[in-house]
Parts: sequence; structure tokens; C-alpha cells
Amino acid sequence: MNKQKTINKIQDMGALIALVLLVIVIGVISPEFRTVGNFLSLLRQSSINGLIAFGMTAVILTGGIDLSVGSVLALSTALCAGLIANGMPVGAAMLLALVIGTGLGLISGILVTKGRLQPFIATLVTMTVYRGLTMIYMDGKPISNLGDSFTLKVVGKGNFYHIPIPVILFILIFVLFMFILEKTTFGRRVYATGSNAQAARLAGVNIQRTKMAVYAISGAMAALSGLILLSRLGSAQPNLGDGYELDAIASVALGGTSMNGGRGRIWGTFVGVLIIAVLNNGLNILGVSSYYQDVVKGIVILIAVLSDRKR
Amino acid sequence: MQIEMRGINKSFGGNAVLKNAGFLLDHGEIHALMGENGAGKSTLMKILTGVYTKDAGQVIVDGQEVCYKNPQEAEKAGIVFIHQELNVLFDLTVEENMFLGKEIRNRFGICDKKAMRAEVKKILDRLGVKISPEQKMSELSVGQQQMIEIAKALMVDAKVIIMDEPTAALTQSETEVLFQVINSLRKKGVSIVYISHRMEEIFQLCDRITVLRDGAYIDTKRIADTDMNDVVKMMIGREIGERYPSRNVKIGEVALKVENLTCPGVFKNVSFEVHAGEVLGVSGLMGAGRTEIMQAIFGNMPHVTGKISLYGKEIQNHSPEQAMRNGLGFITEDRKTEGLMLEESIRKNISLANLGRISRHGVINKKEEQDLVKKGIEELHIKCFGPEHESNNLSGGNQQKVVFAKWIYTDPKVLILDEPTRGVDIGAKKEIYHIINDLAAKGVAVIMVSSELPEVLGMADRIMVVREGLVRGVLSKEEANQENIMILATGGNLNE
Repeated sequence: MNKQKTINKIQDMGALIALVLLVIVIGVISPEFRTVGNFLSLLRQSSINGLIAFGMTAVILTGGIDLSVGSVLALSTALCAGLIANGMPVGAAMLLALVIGTGLGLISGILVTKGRLQPFIATLVTMTVYRGLTMIYMDGKPISNLGDSFTLKVVGKGNFYHIPIPVILFILIFVLFMFILEKTTFGRRVYATGSNAQAARLAGVNIQRTKMAVYAISGAMAALSGLILLSRLGSAQPNLGDGYELDAIASVALGGTSMNGGRGRIWGTFVGVLIIAVLNNGLNILGVSSYYQDVVKGIVILIAVLSDRKR
Repeated sequence: MQIEMRGINKSFGGNAVLKNAGFLLDHGEIHALMGENGAGKSTLMKILTGVYTKDAGQVIVDGQEVCYKNPQEAEKAGIVFIHQELNVLFDLTVEENMFLGKEIRNRFGICDKKAMRAEVKKILDRLGVKISPEQKMSELSVGQQQMIEIAKALMVDAKVIIMDEPTAALTQSETEVLFQVINSLRKKGVSIVYISHRMEEIFQLCDRITVLRDGAYIDTKRIADTDMNDVVKMMIGREIGERYPSRNVKIGEVALKVENLTCPGVFKNVSFEVHAGEVLGVSGLMGAGRTEIMQAIFGNMPHVTGKISLYGKEIQNHSPEQAMRNGLGFITEDRKTEGLMLEESIRKNISLANLGRISRHGVINKKEEQDLVKKGIEELHIKCFGPEHESNNLSGGNQQKVVFAKWIYTDPKVLILDEPTRGVDIGAKKEIYHIINDLAAKGVAVIMVSSELPEVLGMADRIMVVREGLVRGVLSKEEANQENIMILATGGNLNE
């Protein structure tokens, strides 16, 4: 038992070891990489993917997947920007964006549960439709006349004791997810749903409600991530968040969460997010062409997932 | 073909399943292999056919020692195992199923449907069954599917066919057809190993009986030289009285009352009641609808009509969640797919049905959880390293105890048990019977579905017999015996 525990622990550490190795290797090659300023900016960049990946982890733990996160991000951000441009108070518009994101996620959840669609198909549908709605709403053009509200700027650009607000959000939400998934009955139900849905159902777990909740959470996280982007860019773009689902899923996989659900840890995802961020940031600093960057990223994910399979 | 198995040993993870087991199969005989669940019948046959490798012992076929590495090799040698769970692809046709993996191809490498259909027809005619090669497997009855399995065996020219509980899901008339086929196979020199719990069938059909007990060879007898009591004694090794601990419980008022429960096409007008402190046995053949009725009571079947009341008050069980809140518990037939999260710890499994009890405002109280799980492990004698032991690595009996622990602390008023001792060894079985008795003593109304007649007879206060979705009768302890139950279960009437 203890031996098994130790082995599990070492395997759990696999992603962390990979992260440390990456940081050391890139740090040795590049002096620019190993500065405090760069690390802070790296963390700030990772918060966008990080928040989405946390929501994605919850969905994947139930045995599902959420391809719609990029489109949810785009649509909720577009609506938020539109409301601000039309004079709605910034704080209210941002809160509304979170509610909209939650609702958009919930729709995916309803398609999965009540509509009995495969999560892949259900969220493929919402991904496509939400992106289309975003294009229709924005008429394909960016919305940029957002004024210069402090509230809007602080979310993405602000600092608190030199630490960027997005990084603080990233860490707070990480702790919140850790608490929810590890300590609450809801978290237990999420794992149970992915581990053995039939057994969970027969033990009185409301599988449908649990699934709807995780998609709603995923939508909320995408929307929150979108607000950070909106704040940083100062405008909403119709193609915002395109392809973000892939980095999020990759982070979850890197973190050792089983794509079949039921197994995984949120801190694994946290490490996975950092690996992706270090790769993006480091390869950029090293001047690797973006075509090669994708190949390297793919290979790192492959190695991580292969080493995970030995369990 | 003559097969001798001698001194076979086999253990799984330190758990000895076979200890000096063996038997001798003659050319052209029907040989019954008997023993309780867990006695090692299936394991012995799986070793013969190369599914498992033996730890020790010899397998001698026609004077030559052999060791098949896999079922395909055994099949090539002419030994075919027809498993209880039929190996059937429902969406494919009869012909596609029979030729799966050995399709006849023409010289362009394309499947020659015509030739395959002709071959299938030839074999089915030989068996005397009327099934079209083009029919989908899902359109056939279980009995017909069984015939297709036998046809598959004949197609590879089997000299020995092993059948594991072939009649468990068959109706009386299907069973008769099967017996005719088996008898005609014997005349052609095919040997049959027949694994079954049904004494009557064995005495009607077989030439010799070999009994295994706790993984060891006990004896082989000719049918003419033995009788049922003798065989039971060999199987159990002691008197039946000891196996089922007695219970001295005063039976109380009606706890659960079910009226006209109907699910179209599955079961109809099911009405019965269970009293507090009572164990109601539920008997019937496989596929009679027992499990479905229980699933319906627990709110896990759609389109169910009828009335369910608990202590005189009507309740609605539209989901397991609701049924649980109403005070019901359900230990399912298949603990691996419906009872446990196999990859999770004992702790997480036990607490899953008790989350409300161990949490405040949705936050789990770690200490209360630990206490609950420790209590379960101690009270039910679950053999494990501790609360974090993964359920996968427990023996069947201990897994089942985890499932019991999960439910008994929800304090159910009614607990439904579906095959509570399936795949559980004899020692753990008795412990489970004690748990059931303790529950009854606490005033829980227990419904126990079981395919093992001795178990139902030994444990239940009354026995309800179900056949083809209808309640055929409820027998009191005095009326209940194997014969009466089988008569009702197979469609007969008691007063004839």
C-alpha cells in the first residue's frame, strides 16, 4: 500500500518534473527567460488558458468534454463589449457577461443530459452556433469604443503589490477549484459521475444535474477568461478565443486527468497550464518559428500522455 | 475425444481458486460438472480451453499432454467453450456472427456471402432449428442465440463442447429443444461438459457427475449410482442447516406495498408486500423480470405505472435519488458495473451513498467520513489495508461487503438485494447472511432476489416466484421447496 502510494506520488509528480526540467533547460539557454518580469508575464499569459482549463477539468472528470469554450468566450465578451459601448455600467456588463457565459455552458449541459447527445457532438454544435452568433452580433467587425473605465482596465492590466490581477484571479480560482473538487459533496459527485455513472446514479447521485453544473462552470470560466482578454486588448474581436479549447484540453491531459473521466487532480491541470505557458513563452523567446512551436508542443503532450499511460 | 485433468492448481493474487482439481471426460458422454458458485467449475474449464494458465497439474487429451495457450488453440483441437454470457454481436446477422473472423473469401479477397449462407443453413438444418442466416442476432430469442453458439461449435467440428449454465435463460420448450440437440450430438460421438445448478436437468440428461468443492475434486459418480441428496452433500460437504444462520425476528407491520406495478413489455401488474423484519425471497429464471421489477421500485426504470407505498403512505420513486430519500436501498446484481467505482478507494465508495450524512452545507467533514468508513470496515469485517484500499483489488466477497456498508448506514427502511452472494466464496456468503439477519432484526424489510434456490429457501420468510414478468405466486416457508418454486418459475401450476 505504502509502496503503491509512493509510486503513485512519483507518477503524479511526472508533470511537475517535466515543468521544472523545461524551465531549467530554457532558462539555461536564454537569460531573457529567467527574469522576474518574464515569469510574471508568463503567469499572466497562462491565466487565460488556466481559467478555461480548470472548467475543462471539471467537465472531463465527469467523462465529458467542452469544445465550446472558445466560442463561449467570444460571444460573452462580444455581448459585454456591446453593452459597454451602448452605455451600460462596466461592472454590471461584466457581471452579466459571467451570467451569459454560465448560461451558454448550461445549454451545452442540457444538450448532453436532456438531449442525450455525446458531449463531443453537443459542444461541437454549441461551439459552431455560438461562433456564428458572435459574428452576426458583431457583423464581423471588432467593438472597440469601450471608453476608459478603471474597472475594465484593472481586470487585465492591474497589479496588486506588483502581482498582475489576472495571476491573482488564476491562483484564487485554482484554490477554489481545489476546495470544490476535493472537499465538497459536489466534487465527490463529479468524480463519481465520471468513475461509474450507473453506480453513482444508483447511489442517489443526480447525474444530470452534476453534468449540467460542470458545463455551466466551464462556461463561466470561459467568460471570466474572456473578460481578462477584453480588458487587456481594450476591444472585442469576433475571432477571439478561437482554438482555445485545444490548449485547455492539452493542459488537462498533461496534468494526468483521464479523458474517460473519474481520475485526475486540479493541481495536475495547474502544472499542465504552466507547461503550455512555458513552452509558448520560452519557444518565442528562443526565436523558434511558430510552425516548429506547434510540432514541439505536440511532441511534449505526446510524451506526457504516453508516460501517464503506464499507470 | 477423451480428456483427463489431474492435480490442477490455480490461484489469483494469493487466493487459491483450484486446489488439486480435475476430472475425466470420456468419448461421447454428457458429463455434469457441479459445485457451488466459486467451487471452481468455470475456472477449471477456462484452464482447459487456454483462457487461464494453470499453476500446476496436467491436462491430457487422448493420451497426449497438452497446454493450450488460448481459446483459439483449444478450438483448433476441437474443444469449444460456450460461455454463460453469450458471445454475440447483436447488430450483425446470424451468418456474420457465425463466420466472424473466419469469413469465407473468394479469390479477390471479398466475402463470399453465398457460400457462407449455404454453410450456415447446412449446420442449422443439422441442428433441426429454423433460423434464417440473414436474421439479425438481436431478433432472436436467447434460446435461439444459444443454438447459434452451438452451431458455431459444430462449424469448427468440435469434439468436446463445454456449456456453462446453458438453460439459465431458456424457457421450458427451448430447454427441450436444447436437450434433443445435445442428445443427438452425443450419438455422433461429441462429448459434452455440462455445467449447471439444476439438479433435475442433470439427472435427466447426463451420464456422469463430477463434483468440485472449494476448488478441489470431490468425486465422480454415474447418474444411476447416485441421487440428488447425495450430490448436494458432496457439493456442500456438510448439512444444509448450518449454511443459513437462523433468525429469530418478530415480523412487524407491512413496510413496503407494491400494487399493480407495470412496465409495458417487461412486467405486468406486480403486486406484493414486505413486512418490517421480514426477508422476502424472489425467485425466477434468468430474464423473468425480477431485476427489472426491483429497478422499477428503486426508480431506475422509465415508463412504470402502479402504486408504491411505504408504511401506508404512497411514495413516488421516479429516480434512485428520490427512492433513497424515501428510505429505500438497493444492492444491485452486478457490483462491478452498478455497485462500485472500481478504481476508487473503499472510503469513496462507502461515503458516496452517505454524502448527506457526512457533510454540512455541501462540505465534507473529513473526520465523520473516516469514522463512518472505519465503522463499516470493522462491523462488516472487510479485509483490506484500510480505507484507501482500491476496490478493484478486493476479493468478490469483500467488494460485496463494501457495497453493503455503503447502504446499511443510509438506514434504509427497505433494502432490496439483487443476487447478494453472486461470485462470493462460502465463508463470505455466511457473513453476508448474518448481515441480512442483523438488518431484519433491526426492522428493515429485506427483498432478496436470488437465482440460488437453496439460498432463497434457507434465508427467506416467504418466496415470491416471477415468470415472464408476472408474479406466479408467493409461497410461505411451509409451502416452499425447490420443486414448487421450479414448477411456478417454469409456468406450471401447483395444484395439478
